[in-house]
Amino acid sequence: MAEGDALIAAHVLDYPYSRSVGPVIGAFLTGLRDGRIVGARTPSGGVVVPPTEYDPQTGEDVGEIVEVGPAGTVESWAWVTTPGPKQPLDHPFAYALIRLDGATTSMLHVVDAGSPDALATGDRVVPRWKPAADRIGHVLDIEAFVPEGASGGGAASGGATATAGSAAGGAS
Amino acid sequence: MSPAPRARRPVAVVSFAQAHNVRREDERNEVEMLMPVVAEVFANIGITKDDVGFICSGSTDYLVGGPFSFVTALDAVGVWPPRPESHVEMDGAWALYEAWVLLQEGEVDAALVYSFGRSSPGNLAEVMALQLDPYTLAPLWPDPVSLAALQARALIDAGKATEADFASVAARNRKAALSNPKAQVAHDRSVEELLGEEYVVAPLRRHALPPITDGAAAVVLAAGDTARRWCERPAWITGIDHRIETHAPGARDLTVSPSIALAAERAGVGDGPVDLAEVHAPFASQEGIVLEALGLAGAGGAGGNGGNGGNGGNGAGLSVNPSGGALAANPMMTAGLTRIGEAATRIWSGDANRAVAHATSGPCLQQNLVCVLDAAWEGA
Repeated sequence: MAEGDALIAAHVLDYPYSRSVGPVIGAFLTGLRDGRIVGARTPSGGVVVPPTEYDPQTGEDVGEIVEVGPAGTVESWAWVTTPGPKQPLDHPFAYALIRLDGATTSMLHVVDAGSPDALATGDRVVPRWKPAADRIGHVLDIEAFVPEGASGGGAASGGATATAGSAAGGAS
Repeated sequence: MSPAPRARRPVAVVSFAQAHNVRREDERNEVEMLMPVVAEVFANIGITKDDVGFICSGSTDYLVGGPFSFVTALDAVGVWPPRPESHVEMDGAWALYEAWVLLQEGEVDAALVYSFGRSSPGNLAEVMALQLDPYTLAPLWPDPVSLAALQARALIDAGKATEADFASVAARNRKAALSNPKAQVAHDRSVEELLGEEYVVAPLRRHALPPITDGAAAVVLAAGDTARRWCERPAWITGIDHRIETHAPGARDLTVSPSIALAAERAGVGDGPVDLAEVHAPFASQEGIVLEALGLAGAGGAGGNGGNGGNGGNGAGLSVNPSGGALAANPMMTAGLTRIGEAATRIWSGDANRAVAHATSGPCLQQNLVCVLDAAWEGA
């Protein structure tokens, strides 16, 4: 059989479901769409960011949703010299655990610092938001964090522009 | 004198087999990889599939890229008529735990546990990202190396380890692997040479990373007199426990492992002296965390477990990862079960009397299983 006659069966791995993200993750994603970062207060007084529906240490239900950041402190970071095709930035960057101001846990995100020499544990970083019209309620509504004082960190102001669709719909 | 077992029914690891660990198994599919391993694990003790009353396996469909791949894998055993069988989408160490629980119930006297992981057909870094929180973590596509690097830097920043410690762990494990015929990566290189390597994801250099492996392993568990009949010196499971931490790495102190410490306490690690530890620390930076949480770390810190005195008399005669550990071969869903098998092998041979085996899963040592194996079952 010539090569062109080979039978080919496409096999696409897919997750074709709509998911409801609930009152806590939903609040987080909706906040991102609106240009705000929120966490959840735990019974022991902590603030979990990104919020979970339960205290990660005790399993108790969390309470009120509170705004944190948007600036934060780098708790740890890993410098990626060769980003993979699906990773958020196409040039070298850092994955970082960022303790946002007002939070008691750290959030994983990326820091677009240019060079590993421009980043250190303890550094202050701020989010670089996507334009309001492009935000859909997704963790990458924050394109990246950038060192405080670097350009591009101030786009959060006036970020409450509504976009079509719910935050839950954007999480697919 | 062995300490009192934490477990009630005496159940032992009585046979172990593993495939030769390779970077890429092109010739054989998962079933074909498993068949000789399953055949060997039975032949080792002269039994057949008809001698085990339960079968439990560990694997992940995400590597295969299709649902229910573990059902196909059962063809490697060829059970007929049907037999009670189960599967965990986890490392085979957790499949062993399930089988051990069933054996504790007393209805069956022997079980086959097997696992397999063939990483080569896909992009392991991307597959592994899919185990993470689908809303806040997975969309960032953090690869296992980057997540381990976050943990490694936290250790360095906390003053608990240095890059030289990581290199020392890698050098020792891969040198030990020279005597492991199933190892994928084995060599004798100096710490200085390893520290000259480029970073893959800083602060981790090439040597601190586990290899990507295609592999499979199998264990037979047996209870009481059945174990004694099949094995001259059974490796009795005197305690076994597993614990998990939150799925949010940013909500954990990555420099310590409370889940290992709790599992170790429940499994009774500290009840007596330990002369062998087979720990599943895929990244060289993680071994120190594991040993510390097990209570087996020496005074030398994360990299210095080569003969320092630990607590409870542990440390002086402690051998850590004589197999080379996961740095020598890291087949997904299999390297944890292999740690139990490697530890049991050294009980059978008389090289060890009381061993600790550890398995991990998830990012940055999120989930952990601790198993204590003893050559003696007190009162048995």
